[in-house]
Amino acid sequence: MNFTLKIWRQKDAKSQGAFETYKVENISADTSFLEMMDILNNNLIHAGQEPVAFDHDCREGICGMCSMHINGHAHGPSQAVTTCQMYMRKFKDGSTITIEPWRSAAFPVIRDLVVDRGAYDKILQAGGFISVRTNSVPDGNAIPIPKADADESMDAAACVGCGACAATCKNGSAMLFVAARVSSLAKLPQGKVEGARRAKAMVAKMDELGFGNCTNTGACQAQCPKSISIAHIARLNREFLAAKLQD
Amino acid sequence: MAYKLDAKTPAGELAQKWSNHKAAIKVVSPANKRKLDIIVVGTGLGGASAAASLGELGYNVKIFCISDSPRRAHSIAAQGGINAAKNYQNDNDSVYRLFYDTIKGGDYRAREANVYRLAEVSNLIIDQCVAQGVPFAREYGGLLANRSFGGAQVSRTFYARGQTGQQLLLGAYAALNKEIAAGSVKSYPRHEMLDVVIENGEACGIIARNLVTGEIERHGAHAVVIATGGYGNVFFLSTNAMASNGSAAFQCYRKGAGFANPCFTQIHPTCIPVHGTQQSKLTLMSESLRNDGRIWVPKKMEDVEAIRKGTKKPSDIAEADRDYYLERRYPAFGNLVPRDVASRAAKERCDAGYGVNETGLAVFLDFKTAIERLGKETIKQRYGNLFDMYEEITDVNPYEQPMQIFPAVHYTMGGIWVDYNLMTTIPGLYAIGEANFSDHGANRLGASALMQGLADGYFVLPYTIGDYLAKKIQAPKVSTDTPAFDEAEKGVRARIERLFAIKGNQSVDDIHKRLGLIMWDNVGMARTKESLEKAIVEIQALRKEFYADLKLVGCNESFNVELEKALRLEDFLELGELMARDALNREESCGGHFRSEHQTEDGEALRHDDKFAYAAVWEYKGIDNAPEMTIEQLDYEFVHRAQRNYKD
Repeated sequence: MNFTLKIWRQKDAKSQGAFETYKVENISADTSFLEMMDILNNNLIHAGQEPVAFDHDCREGICGMCSMHINGHAHGPSQAVTTCQMYMRKFKDGSTITIEPWRSAAFPVIRDLVVDRGAYDKILQAGGFISVRTNSVPDGNAIPIPKADADESMDAAACVGCGACAATCKNGSAMLFVAARVSSLAKLPQGKVEGARRAKAMVAKMDELGFGNCTNTGACQAQCPKSISIAHIARLNREFLAAKLQD
Repeated sequence: MAYKLDAKTPAGELAQKWSNHKAAIKVVSPANKRKLDIIVVGTGLGGASAAASLGELGYNVKIFCISDSPRRAHSIAAQGGINAAKNYQNDNDSVYRLFYDTIKGGDYRAREANVYRLAEVSNLIIDQCVAQGVPFAREYGGLLANRSFGGAQVSRTFYARGQTGQQLLLGAYAALNKEIAAGSVKSYPRHEMLDVVIENGEACGIIARNLVTGEIERHGAHAVVIATGGYGNVFFLSTNAMASNGSAAFQCYRKGAGFANPCFTQIHPTCIPVHGTQQSKLTLMSESLRNDGRIWVPKKMEDVEAIRKGTKKPSDIAEADRDYYLERRYPAFGNLVPRDVASRAAKERCDAGYGVNETGLAVFLDFKTAIERLGKETIKQRYGNLFDMYEEITDVNPYEQPMQIFPAVHYTMGGIWVDYNLMTTIPGLYAIGEANFSDHGANRLGASALMQGLADGYFVLPYTIGDYLAKKIQAPKVSTDTPAFDEAEKGVRARIERLFAIKGNQSVDDIHKRLGLIMWDNVGMARTKESLEKAIVEIQALRKEFYADLKLVGCNESFNVELEKALRLEDFLELGELMARDALNREESCGGHFRSEHQTEDGEALRHDDKFAYAAVWEYKGIDNAPEMTIEQLDYEFVHRAQRNYKD
């Protein structure tokens, strides 16, 4: 298969970026999208040009490192997969593919397709944990948890922290990311103890870091590679509201 | 000068050793902990749990990772589960049984005391993770669920769907975030350690490169902990993440830390087969699939050929014409034999010509029986995400046709030598998790890597490091303005400049792929004296080519992924040779190390306990010089070493 690639190139955070056009040829349909990028980069290196910087690591859809807006979609046109899990058979032979970094005020570009997602770490540092000390805990079976609750907690915990939700949202809101963590802990008795404090602290940090507000368009859920449901946003809102009412 | 190795194994009964040791080692008072600095390199299960626990104790911790966030570490990709000796299933499990299975699974090449301690603290890990909010799978009664893994006849594996590593890492990362928020841990993402600094024979800091700006930084501390995982990517194609590397461990080795059993590599039996030359990595299909999946190849060669040609589908092959070779050869454990055994059995069938894809390097993992017995819905609940991933990659629906699988490089049991305190041969330098060599012998059992990472980080290192730091309570802050730091930084800069100055014609990947092929063909699943000698010569030649013909673009003072890769490959080119040398020395077969010259009549690994019941610890002697080996004899006090038997 052959493709024309329009890729955003930007030297660093301070420089202005622009699209560059490249061609890749003889790509097998079983090649993954990122392997196609590897091939492009190897060609660029042999031509003495700097390769396209992009984030990636596990290539199994779990580390959350890969990003990329592909043809206008976070993680490309396939549903419920990360960029690394997409294969070239999903694209039409001979087509042009446009590749951009996450576009979000809270995720500044570092180089080319690489952005700084440190804001997500900061939100979790504000309260995305249960304050237990190492070795100061009861037996694992001391508190029975209904299977349905544990399952729902796990649904939310599947979030890989890739940033697609905020990058997709027209308001640049990180609500789905925040909701996934808050909801996952809120469904468990262990997490309830600090529930009110957590919801308030994480939402306040999200606002402080320049993420926008949620207007319930649902775009985040549609683009989330792990199909995290916006029902978790509803739970976050409930948690947040209940916490505020206690103030 | 050979090492004087002291494993510091405590005396006494097996079950009392850890308690006795904890009672005997020194502790540091809270007031003094505040004055002590610790550097942790790596943020996987080992590094994150260690840094969080050390920060909580009151030490000042700096933590470094190469990714943009600690949460990306490759522990996150572990699928199947984590072992613990809870005996929640009432199937007669116990700390001793977990210990025994692990030491037997490792083919009797691990230290008894370390493995027992691992089994002993395994239960605490589950409690800790539950309290952190890890959503483990549960039964309808609300209690924790278990499943089975290879090498065990009990059900002791705890799991969170097919994402156990992710959930455990998010737990440790949350604990880390709590400490970062409290100010006890400072996080340095997108930083790579390029050297460890030694002063007066003790570790006192690291040189790190800021991967965004290219800045070379100095960081001092009273102790340094290496938690950077394994070096499976020396093979280029492996199940490791793309950036996983052996470089931090290798810098320690260069600076004098002993490197133990480098040839012990785990080849995982159930990975998606290689599909072509453009592939960048191999994808694992969790071992948990062997709970319900059955592995087979056709009995008749005509069926093999028909499947390869596409004239028959695997589902067309009648039951009677299928060779469930693991069930045939190992009736007691069946499809749940340990990984090394399952991998070799797949190789044996493929070598005999029964491989089921066009390359002849694949076998089937079939869920037909399980779907008939349990229904599609149950299988979907258990393995849905893995089935989806398989279909995404191969375009084959595994509910209808069996998966094709083949062994691939997955984990390295070898690593930096450590004593019972997890300290390397360099005082003040520690190694935990996959980065050390200590607990898995010659083969790791499934669901034990997560267990070891968290055992080391939460429950072992936070105690044992105090024994060393207690001697440092009078020591001032470590100054980075010393000749030792000057020299280390100069060395790092010279290394980088040298690579840019080569201006050759081959990219990092071009050379890395060639190294990978040399390793896979000669230092892979089966090794011989000839193949290993050949590998050493070929790697040396490739290394010369690297220094003469590498093409590196860009500059140091920027975000430059090619430079990162080049530095890591430079280390792999030496590490690969070290692995081959170790494999050449070990003239026996054990666990994942299979020397074709040493096998039983049935083709099983044949150990030579009279000669090789030891850990081989290698000392660096310079890039083109042979390293020197020192032996740590593994004396077994409690377990009788036997030929591993998974048949009855």
